[in-house]
This record gives sequence, structure tokens and C-alpha cells, in this order.
Amino acid sequence: MPTTTPLVLIEKRNRTDTDETGTNAATTREKVTIPVKGMTCAACQARVQRALQAKPGVLDASVNLMLKSAVVTYDPTATSPMVLVEAIRETGYGAELAAQDQTAFDEQEAQDRAQEEEYRELRRKALLSGSFGLVAMALSMPLMGAAEAEIHGPVADPFMRWVMESMTPAIRAVAPWLYTFTPWVLSYTLLALTLLVMGWAGRHFYVRAWSAFRHHSADMNTLIAVGTGAAFLYSVLATVAPEFFLSRGVLPDLYYEAVIMIIALILTGNALEARAKRQTSAALRRLVELQPNTARVVRAGAEVDIPVNEVQGEEIVIVRPGERIPVDGAIISGTSAVDESMVTGESLPVEKQPGDRLIGGTINRTGTFRYRATTLGSDSVLAHIVKLMREAQGSRAPIQRLADQASGIFVPIVLSLAIATFVIWFVTADQAPAMRAFAAAVAVLIIACPCAMGLAVPTAVMVATGKGAEGGILIKGGEALQRAGQINTVVLDKTGTITEGRPTVTDVVPVLGTEWSEKDLVRLVASIEASSEHPLAEAIVRYANEQSLPLATADSFQSVTGRGATGVIDGAALAVGNEALMADYAVDLIATKEEAERLAGEGKTPMYIAINGKLAGLIAVADPIKSTSREAIQKLNRMGLTVVMLTGDHQRTAEAIARQVGIDRVVAGVLPDGKVAEVRRRQQAGEVVAMVGDGINDAPALAQADVGFAIGTGTDIALEASDVTLMRNDLHGVVSAILLARRTMRTMKQNLFWAFVYNVVGIPVAAGILYPAFGILLSPILASAAMAFSSVSVVTNSLRLRHARVA
Amino acid sequence: MSMMEWIVIIGGISSIAWINWYFFLARQPVSNAGIDGEGVQEVAIVVEGGYHPAVVSVKRDRPVRLVFDRRERSGCSEEIVFPDFGVRKFLPAFRKTTLELTPAQTGNFEFTCGMSMLRGRLIVQD
Repeated sequence: MPTTTPLVLIEKRNRTDTDETGTNAATTREKVTIPVKGMTCAACQARVQRALQAKPGVLDASVNLMLKSAVVTYDPTATSPMVLVEAIRETGYGAELAAQDQTAFDEQEAQDRAQEEEYRELRRKALLSGSFGLVAMALSMPLMGAAEAEIHGPVADPFMRWVMESMTPAIRAVAPWLYTFTPWVLSYTLLALTLLVMGWAGRHFYVRAWSAFRHHSADMNTLIAVGTGAAFLYSVLATVAPEFFLSRGVLPDLYYEAVIMIIALILTGNALEARAKRQTSAALRRLVELQPNTARVVRAGAEVDIPVNEVQGEEIVIVRPGERIPVDGAIISGTSAVDESMVTGESLPVEKQPGDRLIGGTINRTGTFRYRATTLGSDSVLAHIVKLMREAQGSRAPIQRLADQASGIFVPIVLSLAIATFVIWFVTADQAPAMRAFAAAVAVLIIACPCAMGLAVPTAVMVATGKGAEGGILIKGGEALQRAGQINTVVLDKTGTITEGRPTVTDVVPVLGTEWSEKDLVRLVASIEASSEHPLAEAIVRYANEQSLPLATADSFQSVTGRGATGVIDGAALAVGNEALMADYAVDLIATKEEAERLAGEGKTPMYIAINGKLAGLIAVADPIKSTSREAIQKLNRMGLTVVMLTGDHQRTAEAIARQVGIDRVVAGVLPDGKVAEVRRRQQAGEVVAMVGDGINDAPALAQADVGFAIGTGTDIALEASDVTLMRNDLHGVVSAILLARRTMRTMKQNLFWAFVYNVVGIPVAAGILYPAFGILLSPILASAAMAFSSVSVVTNSLRLRHARVA
Repeated sequence: MSMMEWIVIIGGISSIAWINWYFFLARQPVSNAGIDGEGVQEVAIVVEGGYHPAVVSVKRDRPVRLVFDRRERSGCSEEIVFPDFGVRKFLPAFRKTTLELTPAQTGNFEFTCGMSMLRGRLIVQD
């Protein structure tokens, strides 16, 4: 389901035009107004208008001289405003599209469209210039044959010689008339064909190379432009004035077919690369596409479908089973199970009740419900994720620095090497020195591929962050990814990370022979604790409510910090708390001593209950361990990581929890500052520390850690506080994130290795280093194929990360 | 060695020298940011096969508004990256895209395209 930006949406609704016969002609057409600069007369106006009308996909174009603008109606499947702007600019007038505020969604969509367009254009150019290349090769055969027989010995380019030897019989059989043309006709036809391909398909190489050159910079375009440009000029001279070469003992070889084939092959490589690059951001595109186009809202008592961007805050939205939830909000009435897997990675549908929060873009599975829209547009959870992911995909990993440094100086060095190659061949070659020198120098220029180095790390970062996002793991960027791959210690906060973070009553034990029943004890304790704000008190009150026990009002309530609480309920003096509180009231604990120790040994927090100075029983509260914690921690251990648990709990409770989940390093009794100190202490000992916590209370420790993992609760994403945000509330995300990061690091290193080795090996081979020993010379055409392959292979290797197993 | 060979050798050496001088040593023109009424330093940078101007000088601790005017459709320049500022932005073709940042440190900060092939430099001074 494609998403729609506000601007396009308005236009799309007007798309279904009614034609003269009254039937609906569902043509796809869009209209755009482009300001045009520099028009001074009617002739200018006509020129721009003609240029626009000549563009494929343009249904109508009208240029207004007074308003200095062009209004173009076009078929969006065939062209785009950017192509139109380019067409105007080609006429010599200025044009640009109006700037507009963009949300992360719009930006992603615009980028996707631009990339798709670029891919299609490159593919078209590659295919056409490839066909021209084949024609040029065929035309060159008789020419080379004639040259070999009449002017000089074997053709210098080994690839072309091989092609000629193997293809000539076939061409002679299929198109014998080719051999009836004079060399003059053939060479001028080739010249025209080459000019056409250079001026149309390869034009951008020369334009960009020149533009870069003017600003003292050089890039891949420079290499292609210099390589093909030199080959072309040499061939033109040889065509126009062959005597000039012959009189100087140099043979007038032609390289037209090489120029065309080089351009075709590089364009093919670029097209494949563009397609692969698009795939690296596929995960992000899928996230953008989650947002539905319309929402059903209640307005003036009626249900109406409106575009999603027109939904107002606080508006009531209705969602039926199977529909996508259009915007973020909170349920007012109705219940359902919601599939949030696309945002949080949680595979099971989540039960939702009134009051529960919803994430826009997730799918309602079972029930119909009404909810109130809360965050909209760029504030929504999905928009935040998309924004974060866009930033992450664009960030740099430190490992890239090497590639950056190399690619900064790469092109001028290759230019120098090509010149050196020419000089050495010219001076040392026995046969046809100029030709050999020339072919080798062009091969050096063409084989060198700075692009592979530039692509090695960013493509891996893009694929990895996208893959993470699909599993509800939001990685902040390349640096976080790289550090996550180096982690050797994982520090886990206990509450809310290993455990649910929501204490519940687990045991109520009346003392043997007491007059108070279990229910009495719960009711009395809950009545006291209702006045307390302690998290454990909340658990007891909730427990009493769940059992529908009527609570009484406590008289003279007193909270004793660090010990418990006291008060009078229905005339009974109650004290609930730990051993210290009981000691204050001289309560004998011997009757429950054993029971209390057993409970503490299980990681529960036992509280003594004394009524009128006598021990009446025990109530135990525990924070249950998440069902997934044990398995995830076992995996972390198996991955060779040191797992440490940090908690403010007492040593004994902490150790009990740690034992249950399989952690043998526990730091108990730490305050929030202590967490930071513990992380720092481990870092100073040389460990690369990951801290996993809840983003809010643990923010300082997350910031101190080498990699901070914030464990989310589905909707509250503490994106800023952490390096990695886990949308799903369990520890499996930590395992997946570290596995993904390790795998990504491996991919980056492979890519960099390949990119460097390719150039380090390829350039000398192209220069002819193997010639003295093995007689191997690289044809410029083969060099261009190798170059096209090298950057495609790097992107493809990064794309393999999509299928990496990280669970 | 023949005369021709000598010419080629001397020509080759001088070309190599010139290339390295031109791309590494020749000074790129530095453009100073103008300051608007609100005290924001604004620079317009044309993106076309490179960044023009490629070297921009600004003052520290003052907001900087960089207006990138991308005048081409080539995928190479579709993104602008300021690694030191953690900024990456998509530049739509034939549009002006504004990017604001406030440098808190002096120094040379590189900006590049998404693939770090096109390069520019932000010089932050006191």
C-alpha cells in the first residue's frame, strides 16, 4: 500500500477524470507548476513549451511568459517533475521545483522515486549503448582485418584480437556485405556512432567530470571521461589524418568500439548498482508503506473516511478487524488483538483494552474498536522510527575512515599511474609502442574503481539498520553498529529488563494457629498500604482489588522509611515491614523464620505482618522474571559474552534471581549513580560494555556504556538516550542486535578487503605488469567489465545481510 | 633513446606533477558566509558534479544555514553528509534544501556526498 504525501494526494483525487462521453477514463495524470527563469520573449516561451511537449509522458504543457512559469500535465508513470525541470534547463533557461517542508516520510518517498527513476534511465541507456556497442564491434571486424593485412601486424588489444579471430567466420557468413564497405565508410560510421553514444548515454560522465575538475576535485567520472575521451580523440585523429601517425611510425588504430563498450558496461554496472542500492533501503521503504492512506473517523456523529493526514488530534477513529490502524492513539471502547510485529518485532498479536496505546501502521486482527488519536504526522511513532532509521542509514561507521582517506586521494593517483604506464610502455615496448602504451593507460583509468571503496561500509550499514528495524531493533547508526560488534560484556539492569518491572504478590502465609485468615491479612495490609506510595505497596493493593476485598481507612498511618508502614485498621494496630521494623516493636519472628528465608531464597521479598504486637503472618512480593529472559541470557553466555546483573535489591534476592536466569555475576544494592560507576569500572578494565536498561531511569548508565540498549515498552521509545532501542520488551533483541552487528562487521571488512584488493591487483594488471613474464595484457573493454562488476559485487555482498540469521 | 621518447618522458613527468599540484596543492577558493538580519550565517552551495563553493568559512557558536541547490539528477550527489555533526540529508534534484547547524568547535569539518566521493569543507573559526 503506497503512502501519499499531502501534495500528491490532492492531485490524485482529481485524477479520475470524466471524459466527454461521460464515462470514467481512469487516466493517470498529474499537474505541476514549474517556475521558469530567464524567459524574455515569445520565442523563449515557445522554445520552452516545445521542449516540454516533446518529452514523453507530457500530456499538456503551457508556458506563461508573464507569470514566468510552466504548467505541465503529465503521466506520472512515464515522467516526473524532475525530468521536466531538466528539459527546461536543457533549453538554456533556469528552472527549479519549489522548496517544500518535508517529513521523514516525504523525504524517503522522494528519494525512492528519484532512485527508481535513475535506475530506469541507466538501464535504458545501458541497453541501448550495449546494442550500439555490438554493432560497433561488428563494424570493426572488417576494419581490423584490413588493418592487420595491409598496415601492421596483429591487433594490439588482445580481447579484440580474440573476438576478431573467433567472430570473423560467423560475420563473414551472416553479413558478407559488411566486408564490401571501404575502411573510410566503416571508420566514419563508427565515429558517428561513438559520438552519438558519448553525447547521449555517456554525456553525464563528461559533464560531471568537467564540473568536478573546475573545483579541483576528481571522481569516478573523471577516470571514465579521461579514459574514453583519450581513446576517442586518438581514434578521431587516426580517422581524419592517418598519415600523421604513419609518418611518425605510429599505427592509426581505432578504439571506437572500445569507447562504446566501456560506456555500455559502466552504465550496466551503474544500473545494477542503482538497483542494488535501492534494495539496501527496502526495509525502510516497507516501514514508510505501513502508513495507510485513509482513516475512518467520527465527524458530526457520522463515520467518514478521510485522508490520514487530515485526522485531527483527539479525534475519534474507528478500526475494524483486518484494517490497519491509521494513526497513534489510545483505545476508548472495544477490545482487540493487534499485530504489532512490523514495528516492534513481537510475533504474537498483542491484546488491547480501553486505555491501551496503539501504534499507527499496525494491523487490527480481531475486534472493532474506537480510539482517540494522539500523536500525528511527524510526531508519530512510525515517523520517529523512519526519521531515526534515515539518520542511522546515513551515519558513518569509524571503520570507513580508511576508505574515506583512500578515496580522497585515489583518482589523482590513478591519473598519475596511467601517465606513468603510458610513458613506460612507450619507452620499453618493442612492437607498436604507442598503441600498447595507449591501451594500457586507458585500461588503468577504466579498471580503477573508487566506487567500491565508497560503497563498502555505507551499504552494509544501510542493510543492517534496515534489517534491525524490521525486527524492532532500532540501531542509531554505523558507529553504534560497529561498537555493538565489539561488545564483550553485557550489563543488565534487573528491574524491567530481566523482570517484568511490575511487582506482584506471590505468597500470603498466616502464622500457624492465628485467628487471621489469608484474606483478612491481605485486606488489612492493603488497607494500610493504600496510603503508601511504595511500589511494593501498589502490588499489594492491586492484589486486594483483584480479589474484590473491601479496603478500610487506616488511622494514624505512618511510613517508616526503609522499614515499612504502621497504622490502625478497625481498631487493630498493624505493622507491615522488614525485620528491622519488627525489632522496633519487639515482635518475635521465630514462627516464620524458616518460611521467610525460603521466600527470600526464591528471590521474593517477604514482609512480616504484626497485629497488636504479635506476628500474624507473612506476605511476599516478587517481580516476576520475563518468560524470555532465561533463554536470551543463555544465548548471550553461549556467544562468549560476560553477563552481569545490576540491581538495587539486596544481595540475597538478587542472587536468587540471577540463579534462576543463569547469571553468575551480580552487583546488588547499587543506586543509579552506582550503575554508572560499575559500567565505568568495567570499561577501565578494558571491557567493551553494553548496558541494557529502561532508557529513563538508566539513562546515565546507558550513556556511559559503549553501547546503550534501551528496552522499550512498545510505544515509549527513548530514542535519544540509547544507541540501540528495542521496541519489543524482551532480551532476545539484545542477542539479535549483537549477532547482527557482528555479522555486519564481517561484511564491512570483506567489502573493504575486496575493494582494496581489487584496485591493488587490478591496476597493475591493467598497466601490464604480467606482460613481461606471462604476456598477459588487459583489454580496456575487459577492464570496464571488471570495474562494473567490482562495485556491484560489494553492494551484493552487503545485501546478503538481509538473510543473515540473527535470532 | 629517440627524440620522441624523450618528449614522452618529459611530458609524462610534467603531467604527473601538474595533476598532483592541481588536485592536492592548488588552493581552493574559500567562501565566507554572509550574516543575515537574525545573525544566521548563510551560504548557498550549488551541487553539480561537486560542491560550489566547496570550502566554506563560518564563525563558531553562530547558527549556520547552508542552502544546497542541487542542479542535477545524478544519484551520486543525492545525499549530503556532515559526519562530525551526525547529519545526513537527502537533496531532491532541482530543489534548494536547507540545512542548519551550529558549530560549537573550531576546526575543519568535511562534508561529503553519500558515498564520500564529492567533498567539501566547513572551516569554523573564532
